[in-house]
Amino acid sequence: MPIPYSEGERRRWRSARVDNASVLARTQRAQKRSIKTESKVRLLKLALNMIDLTTLEGQDTPQKVAALCRKASLPFQEMPDLPTVAAVCVYPNMVPHARKALGSNSPVKLAAVATAFPSGQLPLALKVEEVRKTVAMGADEIDMVIDRGAFLAGQDEKVYEEIAAVKEACGTARLKVILETGELGTLDNVASASRLAIAAGGDFIKTSTGKINPAATMETTLVMLEAIREHYLETGEMIGMKPAGGIRTAKQSLHYLVLVAETLGAGWMTNEWFRFGASSLANDILRQLARRADGHYQSPRRFSVD
Amino acid sequence: MNKTAPKKPELQLQGALDLSPSPESCPVTFRERYGHFIDGKRVAGKDADDFDTLNPATGQPIARVAAADATEVDKAVKAARKAYDKVWSKMSPADRGKYIYRIARRLQERSRELAVAETIDNGKPIRETRDVDVPLAAQHFFYYAGWADKLQYAAPGRDVRPLGVAAQVIPWNFPLLMAAWKIAPALAAGNTVVIKPAETTPITVTMLTEIFEEIDLPPGVVNVVNGAGATGAALVTHPDVDKVAFTGSTGVGRIIMRAIAGTKKKATMELGGKGANIVFADAALDQAVEGVINGIFFNQGHVCCAGSRLLVEESIAADFLDRLRRRVSTLRIGNPLDKNTDIGAINSAEQLATVERYIAIGQREGAELWQGAACARPDAGYFVMPTILTGVQQSDTVVREEIFGPVLSVLTFRTPDEAVKKANDTEYGLAAGVWTEKTSKLFDVAHRLNAGVVWANGYNLFDPASPFGGIRHSGFGREGGPAGLMPYLEVR
Repeated sequence: MPIPYSEGERRRWRSARVDNASVLARTQRAQKRSIKTESKVRLLKLALNMIDLTTLEGQDTPQKVAALCRKASLPFQEMPDLPTVAAVCVYPNMVPHARKALGSNSPVKLAAVATAFPSGQLPLALKVEEVRKTVAMGADEIDMVIDRGAFLAGQDEKVYEEIAAVKEACGTARLKVILETGELGTLDNVASASRLAIAAGGDFIKTSTGKINPAATMETTLVMLEAIREHYLETGEMIGMKPAGGIRTAKQSLHYLVLVAETLGAGWMTNEWFRFGASSLANDILRQLARRADGHYQSPRRFSVD
Repeated sequence: MNKTAPKKPELQLQGALDLSPSPESCPVTFRERYGHFIDGKRVAGKDADDFDTLNPATGQPIARVAAADATEVDKAVKAARKAYDKVWSKMSPADRGKYIYRIARRLQERSRELAVAETIDNGKPIRETRDVDVPLAAQHFFYYAGWADKLQYAAPGRDVRPLGVAAQVIPWNFPLLMAAWKIAPALAAGNTVVIKPAETTPITVTMLTEIFEEIDLPPGVVNVVNGAGATGAALVTHPDVDKVAFTGSTGVGRIIMRAIAGTKKKATMELGGKGANIVFADAALDQAVEGVINGIFFNQGHVCCAGSRLLVEESIAADFLDRLRRRVSTLRIGNPLDKNTDIGAINSAEQLATVERYIAIGQREGAELWQGAACARPDAGYFVMPTILTGVQQSDTVVREEIFGPVLSVLTFRTPDEAVKKANDTEYGLAAGVWTEKTSKLFDVAHRLNAGVVWANGYNLFDPASPFGGIRHSGFGREGGPAGLMPYLEVR
């Protein structure tokens, strides 16, 4: 449930205080967790099941998207019992093709980026229109970008209104709000923007578009998870989290899951509330799972590119 | 998709991360018996008062350990004197530095072995021995190796000379690291050493003597005598000792100071503490939680500078304690060799009894007890769950006395003045922490705290370049940095 915009609310989310050095130390400690044997298999399967398998290229074609959808539904032919990924994530133009490839009853959700992704530099009316059309074409989830310029200029109300308008345009589609943390500059800003996005009605908060460096980091993810925790403890409402960009290895994904489990607990250890925005991560997870199954590391070429 | 939970929402942290055991393998072959290291030779020692060293995680013995009597201590001191007169003081400072560098490098090369041995002998988690104890020990040798040929810069314009033979007695909480803190500056300053490890943790210091053999440290430059209180007494009171360095309890520190009063011996004492961790309402609260946990649950609270008193601003106390309890609920207690263990074993049955006695006293005096972790306390071995005592007052025993265990006493304050007053209301004065994002408040409060070390938005952070030591009943003298050389030098 959105929290109505007010100057008091704005002050609350802008009063975020984060200590960079301690956040870094905490994430380093999370990376010291040693995840082996059964727990490794269990968590890798969970991580696979949390992936938003993504292609966001100017050169995307219907054929490429169809291939991605196949991979999303059956990640590795040789291990048919593995879970599917959580969703495919594509540009709006590719939504009809993805919908067709997935069918209407797929366990794989169809997510689309919208609102003039990745820059967000478009009038609100056009963004809203884009979202409506994209949902109408069959998207289950919308990944929007916030207006970082407005946020950095202190125009929080504008950022809030945009998120609220997009949320309304989403209808029943779930809304992920991309903060593009790589452009926010400080962890204080990440914390403030997280609170703002949650207050304005985002179902998920998401780190990055993947088009800006740095994309997702453990530090930004921890700060966002803490904002989600704060909201949950105050209101009882769960918000999802999606780090995106730069998460390429199975080991990285396990470290992220440690942060989730130790910050938010068991309730978030599902793809309903946690996602990885990634493309190459899936294959590294598959490679590790295949290694656990038959004891040998396969060549990366054993796994299809998409 | 049920988005709303009924009433007071709470996180399910326990059990959220179910991890398979991940034990570090053991590359160490323990000896059946640990003797002494005197004049470059391994000495078996007498059978008379020998004793067991135990694995505190199981309570099972690891090996027998000899206890040096006065005759053996005398031999060790004589060997140190001979090495000082004939070799170490005659050697060029640059060559002394070379030996110390070699020790540092060899420590790094044998780091895994040392970490595992330390964990088995002491009970502390492998995560800490691997990431803190052993690397920091090597860093101390590296740091002081660099000082060996630059001593004139430690006291510019003055002449500095070594003291002679240093007698060093170290505790069981960081056996190898404390040996490094003591031996490295002593050797760099040109002294020779007789050191006595704690009776419950003799193994890694003995392994350090293997390193001395491997790098051809001249015989007698460092001698090790094992044993308990009687051995330590014989060592510090030996008439040919020039310098006494002790880390341990304030009670034993007093005994040593009485014993050496009126002699020529110089002394440094690094004793107990009752560190205050002050958390203001304008702190980065989630990060302050990490600092409070590092302050009191690092090394099961067996840290002289542990932040065993939490002073939290009353206006955020309830919120902060909720955050703290949640985070503690994710800490793993158990097998210290498991790489995921956060809280290991209490070092000895005796210390376990002490900690449990203090918890009982706290409750009797009106404290409210909270204990928690991600998993249950192991049945075997000596373990204490992370403990938080609330509702305590300044006059309570658990606020005044050092417990040396994973027990946090929580007090509140309303103003910075009250925080400073309460933090300073202790016989000790080793360490304190201040948590606020407001720099003016940080500097104001930090400068008014009576403690040898004050951490700002951090706790239990150590660096060989930074001096460490206490005031009042926490002792005197500094270890680390250029200041750490001074106790081992005569400045003319």
